[in-house]
Amino acid sequence: MVLLALILAPALAAALAYLLPAVGRGVLMIGTALVHVALVGTLWVTPGEQAFGGWIAEDPLGRVILTLVSVLFLAVAHYAVGYLRVENPRGGRAFASCMLGFLAAASLVTLSHHFALLWIGLETTTLAVAPLIYHRHDRRSLEAVWKYLVLSSVGIAFALLGVFLLATAQPSGAGRPLVLEDMILHARALDPMWLRTAFVFMLIGFGTKMGLAPLHSWKPDTYGEAPSLVGGLMAGALTSCAFLGLARVLSICFAAQADAFVRPALIAFGIFSLVIAAAFIVVQGDIKRLLAYSSVEHMGLLVLGVGLGGVGSYGSVLHALNNGFAKVMIFLAVGNVVLATGTSIAGDIHGVLRRLPVSGVLLVVGLFAVTGSPPFGMFISEFTIINAALDASPWVAAAVVILLAVIFVGIAAMILEMVYGAASAPEHRDEPARSEERMRLAFAPAALAVIVLGLGLYLPGPLAEALSSSAALLGGRAP
Amino acid sequence: MTSLSELALLLVVLSNFVVLGTSRLSACIRAIALQGLLLGALPFLLHPVMSVHTVSLGIGTAVVKAGILPWFLRWAIREAAVRREVEPRIGYMASMILGAVALAIAFGVASALPLELVETDLLVPVALVTVMIGLIVLTTRAKAITQVVGYLMLENGIYLFGLTQSQRVPFLVEIAVLLDVFVGVFIMGIVVFHINREFDSISSERLTELRD
Repeated sequence: MVLLALILAPALAAALAYLLPAVGRGVLMIGTALVHVALVGTLWVTPGEQAFGGWIAEDPLGRVILTLVSVLFLAVAHYAVGYLRVENPRGGRAFASCMLGFLAAASLVTLSHHFALLWIGLETTTLAVAPLIYHRHDRRSLEAVWKYLVLSSVGIAFALLGVFLLATAQPSGAGRPLVLEDMILHARALDPMWLRTAFVFMLIGFGTKMGLAPLHSWKPDTYGEAPSLVGGLMAGALTSCAFLGLARVLSICFAAQADAFVRPALIAFGIFSLVIAAAFIVVQGDIKRLLAYSSVEHMGLLVLGVGLGGVGSYGSVLHALNNGFAKVMIFLAVGNVVLATGTSIAGDIHGVLRRLPVSGVLLVVGLFAVTGSPPFGMFISEFTIINAALDASPWVAAAVVILLAVIFVGIAAMILEMVYGAASAPEHRDEPARSEERMRLAFAPAALAVIVLGLGLYLPGPLAEALSSSAALLGGRAP
Repeated sequence: MTSLSELALLLVVLSNFVVLGTSRLSACIRAIALQGLLLGALPFLLHPVMSVHTVSLGIGTAVVKAGILPWFLRWAIREAAVRREVEPRIGYMASMILGAVALAIAFGVASALPLELVETDLLVPVALVTVMIGLIVLTTRAKAITQVVGYLMLENGIYLFGLTQSQRVPFLVEIAVLLDVFVGVFIMGIVVFHINREFDSISSERLTELRD
C-alpha cells in the first residue's frame, strides 16, 4: 500500500495542481512532498514491502535513492514556492504539475523491480522535466529543451532495446521474465552473449540520461538554460535515477559473473568523464554550465567506483547520496545569485558576499561540499572510491587524484572570484522585498548544507547497513 | 506463413533504403507509412494463431505507425511551411553506401548471436539494420522533420526486435509504442515553434548560441 501511495499520491497531486489557483499549488506541492518524505520514512521502519506480484518492491539500494529523491524534492518544492514569486512568466500551473509528475515517475523508477516498469518510469521523467527546462520561454531555453529531448529520447530508445535484449538473454523457465530478483537468482542461466549486448545498450542508454562523457553533450546546455532549481533537480535526482537503472542491470551482470566484460567499460567511461569534466571546467565562463561539467565529473566517479568494485561499490552508492544533496544545494545557492544579478556569466558577478551575504556563504560552503573537501560527506565517498582505485592500480588512483585536484582549482577559482570583491552591477530590486525573498530562498539550500555536512560527520546505522547490502549487490563490499 | 513474413521483412528493408535515397520529404513519409503498415501486419504473419494480444498489437501498431504519425508529419510540413527537400549533410550516394554497410554488419552480427524460439532468421538482422539506418538518417539529415523520420525508423527497429519476445514476455512490445509519444512531442515542437533545421531557426533567426 505504502509503495503504491508513493507513486500515486504525487501523480494525483500533479493532476490536482493543474486545477488549483496559485496559492493552493504551493501548499499542495509542499504538502505532497512532506507526505512523501513521511511515507519514505515508514519504509525505513518496515522494509521489504511488495506489490503487484513483485513488480513493485523496495530493497536497500532503491530505498537509498528513493530517500534522496524524496528529500531533494521537498527542498526544491519549498524553494520553488519562493522562486515562482520572483520569476514566473506563465503562472506556474504547468511548472507545479510537471514537478509533481517528475516525483511520481522518479518514485516509480526507484520502486520498480521489473525492467519494463523501470523503463516506463525513466521515460516519464524525461517528458516531465522538458516543460520545466522551457520555463523561461525564450529562444535559448527552446534550443536547450530541443537538444535535451532529441538526445535523451535516443538514449531512452537504446535503453529499451537493452531491455528487449535482456529479455532475450533470459531462457524460458528461469524465473519470471524481467523481474529483478528472479534474474539475479537465475543469473547463471542467462545467455552470456545476449547479456553482454544488453549491458552495452543499457550502458549507452542510461549513460546518456546520467550524462557520462562522451554522451553528455545535452548537459551543459540544459543546466545552463533551465531555471537553477530544475538544473538542481536534474543533477541531483534525475541522474541518480538513471544511475539506479544502470545499477539494476549491473547487479544482474555481477551475479552472472560477467565482471571481466563489465568492469573495464565502466572504468573507461568513468575516467573519460573525469578528463572531459576537468578540461571543460578549467575554461568555463558560466557558473551553471560549470556545475553541469561538475555533474559529469560525479557521474564519472559513480560508474568508476562500481567498475573498480570492492569498497568502490560502497563508495559509489554513498557518493550518489552525497552528490545529490550537494548538487541541489549549490544549484539553489547559484540560483539566488542569478536571480539577484540577472546573469550566470561568472565574469559579470562580483562581491556576492557583500550583496547577498547568506547566498554568498552558501556558495562558498557549496564549493567545498561539491568538490569533496573535508568535513563534507563527499570527501568520505570520494576517498572510498580512491581507496578502491589504489587496490586496483596506483596509476588509476593517481590519475583520479590529479583530475579531482584540477577540477577543484577550476571550480574554486570561479566561485571565489564571484564571492569576493566589490559589488558590481547596480541593484535592481528594492531592499525590503529582496531581504524577504532572501530568507525564503535561502532556507532550502541551508538545510541541504546541514545534511551534506551531517553525512560527512556521522553515518546513521540503518543507512550504513543499506549501503553495505547495496554494495554487496553491486559486486563490492563494505569498507 | 514464413515466406509471407519474410517478404514483409524484405519490404521493411526496402523502405529503409527508400528513406535513405530519396530527395523528397513526401516520399520519405510514404515509405515510413508503408513500414508502419508492414509492422502492423507482422504479428499476424509471425503468429498465425489469432489471439486478442496479437490482434490488438497488430491493429494498434498499424493505426499509430501507418495512420496517425504519417498524417501528423504531413500536417506539420504544411503547418510549419517546411520546404519539401530532404537536405542531407552527406550525399544520397554516400547515404546508400552507409546503409549497405549497415546491412552487412547487421547480418554479420545477427548470425553471431544465438536465438532460440525464432520464427524466421530474418527478424533479428532486419531489426538491427532498421535501427542502424534510423541512426544514420537521424545524424546525417539537417532538418528536424527528417530527423523525426529517422527516430521513427530507429523505434521501428526496436519494435521488430521486440517481436522476437512478444510471445514469451507479456506487454513487452506494447511499451515500445510508448516511444511514439516522443515522436508526437517532436512534431508538436516543430509545428508550434517552427524548428525547421536541427536545433535552430524560429522564424528566420538561427539558434546555435549554446556551445563551449
